[in-house]
Amino acid sequence: MLASGAPSHINGEMLAIFTDREWLWGAAALYLAGFLLGTVSLLRGGRPSNIVMYSLIAVGFVIQNLGLAERGRAVGGCPLGNNFELFQFTAWSAITLYLFVGVTFRSSLLGYFTACLTAALTFLSLSLPAWDSTRRVHIFGQNPWIEFHAALALFSYGVFALLALTSVLFILRIYSLQSKRIGGWFSFLPSVLDLDHIGVRLLWAGVVLLGASLAVGSVYWLRDPAKVGIGMLTTAWVWVAYAVALAMRIRGRLLAKRFAWTCLVLFAVALLSLPLVDASRHPAPAAEVRFPRNNA
Amino acid sequence: MSAPGIFVIGANHHRAPIEVREKLSLGAENEAALQAELAGLPGLREFAVLSTCNRIEFYGVAADAEAAAKVEAAFCNRQHFDAAEFGKFRMDLRGREVLQHLVEVAVGLDSQMLGETEIFGQLKEAYAAAQARKSTGPVLNRVFQKAFQAAKHVRSSTAITVGQVSVANVAVELALNIFGTLAEARILLLGAGDIGEKTAKAFQSRGAASLTVSSRHIERAAELAAQLGASALPFDQREARIADFDVIVCSTAAPNTVVSTVATAMAMRKRPARPLFYIDLALPRDVETGVAEIQNVFLYNLDDLAKIAEENRAAREAEIAKCRALLSERVDGLWRQVEHQLPSSAGRNGT
Repeated sequence: MLASGAPSHINGEMLAIFTDREWLWGAAALYLAGFLLGTVSLLRGGRPSNIVMYSLIAVGFVIQNLGLAERGRAVGGCPLGNNFELFQFTAWSAITLYLFVGVTFRSSLLGYFTACLTAALTFLSLSLPAWDSTRRVHIFGQNPWIEFHAALALFSYGVFALLALTSVLFILRIYSLQSKRIGGWFSFLPSVLDLDHIGVRLLWAGVVLLGASLAVGSVYWLRDPAKVGIGMLTTAWVWVAYAVALAMRIRGRLLAKRFAWTCLVLFAVALLSLPLVDASRHPAPAAEVRFPRNNA
Repeated sequence: MSAPGIFVIGANHHRAPIEVREKLSLGAENEAALQAELAGLPGLREFAVLSTCNRIEFYGVAADAEAAAKVEAAFCNRQHFDAAEFGKFRMDLRGREVLQHLVEVAVGLDSQMLGETEIFGQLKEAYAAAQARKSTGPVLNRVFQKAFQAAKHVRSSTAITVGQVSVANVAVELALNIFGTLAEARILLLGAGDIGEKTAKAFQSRGAASLTVSSRHIERAAELAAQLGASALPFDQREARIADFDVIVCSTAAPNTVVSTVATAMAMRKRPARPLFYIDLALPRDVETGVAEIQNVFLYNLDDLAKIAEENRAAREAEIAKCRALLSERVDGLWRQVEHQLPSSAGRNGT
C-alpha cells in the first residue's frame, strides 16, 4: 500500500509538476467555480453561460484526467482502490457523460447542476483524508476483466448521477408549473417531456452498463464463488432496483414526479453503497509499491 | 427649416391613435410608388422606410435643409393626409437622437408591447428592402447594421425579451414548457369565441400543426375550423376524446363546467406518460378544478395566465433603465463614427 499523498513516479514531465491529489484539487476548484458562477448568474436573474460553464467543466475534466492518470500509474491500474478513488471516478464518469452527451440536451442548468454535483463529490472525497489513507495497488491483479467490470460499474454510476440531476431538473420543472411560477431561473429549465425522455434514456443506459459490468464480473465470480462478497451483492441489488424502476416506467406504473424521486433515492442508495463495495474488497494481491517524491 | 444631416420623421403609436395610423398606413402599391418618388428627391442622399401596423418612419440622410420636409410632404400627399394635421402626430428627430431612437426600436423598447421581438425582423426587412433598391449609403448602412448589433447585445445581456406579455402567448409558452415543441402537440379548442381563436392562432404561429375545434354551436365550430385550417369535433364527443389531445383550450360561454375530473382521469389512464395541459379561459370556468390533482395534468385559468403576463411585463419594465444605459454607450460610439460622414450646413461633405 502507498502512504496517502505520496506522489507517483511517472515519466511525463507535465504530470510530475503536481501530485495526483493536487491535480484533483485543481479540478474540484474548477467544478466549484462553475457552480459558484452559475449561482451568481441565477441570483442575478440571468442564465448561466453555456460556454463559460462548459469551458470550466471541460478544463476541470482535463485536469482531473491528469490527476487520475497519475494515480492510475501509481496504483498500476484503474484507480478504484478506495472510497476517495471511487467518488473521484464517479464524478469523472458524470462529467464525461455531460461533456459528450449531456451538452446535446441544450440546458445550461444541466451544466450548472453537474458542476454542483461533481464539486460536491470531489471536494467530499478530497476533504476526508481517511478515505485516501491507504492506496491499494494492482487491485485487479493480472485480470483485466475484473478491472473492466469495476470501471464499467463506476461508469454506470456516473450515468445514474446524470439521471439524478435530470430528475432534480424534472422535479423543479413540475414544481414551477404547479406553483404557476415560470419566470426567473425556472424559465431556463427544459420542458417536462424533454426531461422525461432524457431520464428514460439515461436509465436505460445505466441499467445496460451496470448489467454488462455484472455480467463481466460474474464470469470471474462464478469460477470462485468464495470471492462473492457484500460489495458484489450490493452492486447487484443496485442494478435490480434500477432495472425494476425501468420496468415500472416502461409499463406506466412509475411516472412523472414519482419516477424522478425514485431515481434520486436510488442514486443516493448507490452512492451510500460505495463504501460497502470498498469495505468488502479482498486484500491487494500485488506487493506494495513505493514511489520517490518527484514534485517540481 | 432644419439643418441637413441624419433625420427620422414619421408617426407611431405614442402620439397617433389607431384611427390616424389606419389612414397613414402605406399599402404595398403606395409604398413602392412613394419610394420611387423619394429616390428622385433632390437633397435626399439616403433613405429607408419602416412601415408596420404601429409606425411609419422615414430614416434619411439629407444634404440640404429642406429634404426632410420634402419627404413629409410627399408622404402626406401620397396618403391624401392633411400636412398640418400630420404635424400634430409627427415624430421628428435629428442627429444623435435618430440613432438612439433606431436602436430602441430595434430592441423593442419603443414598441407598444415592450420588448417584443417582431419589430427587429420588420426593421431588418425594411433595411434589406432599402438596400435592394440602393437607397442606403455609407451612413444608413453603418447605422442600421450597428443598431442590429446593439439590439442583439442588449437582448442577450438583459431580460427585456424574457417572458410573454399577452395571455395567448403565455399559454403557448406554458405549453412549450411542458412539451418542448408544438410540432407534435394535438390541440383542442373548446369554444369558438374570440379569445379562443386568438390563442389558437398563437399556437399555430409557434408551430402547432394539429388543431381541432369543438363548440356547442357546430356551425360556428365548422366555420372557425375552416378559417384556421383545423378539423371540427362534435361537442358531445369532447370528453370521450380527451385522451387524443395534449393541449385543451377552453373558452365556451357554458354556464357550467364542460370538462370533468372523472373524464380526465379516465383519459389519463390511456396516456399516463404524456402530459395533458388545460388552458381554461372561460368565465365561468369550463374545467373542474379537481383535474389539477391528477398526475401529469396541468391546469391554468384566465387569472393564472393574466398574472404571469403581468409579472413578465413588470419584469421587462424593470429592465428598461439597464437597456438604455447599455444602448447609450453604443449610440455614443456610433455617433462618433458617423458624425463626420454627415452633410453639414457649412457644406462639409455636402453635395
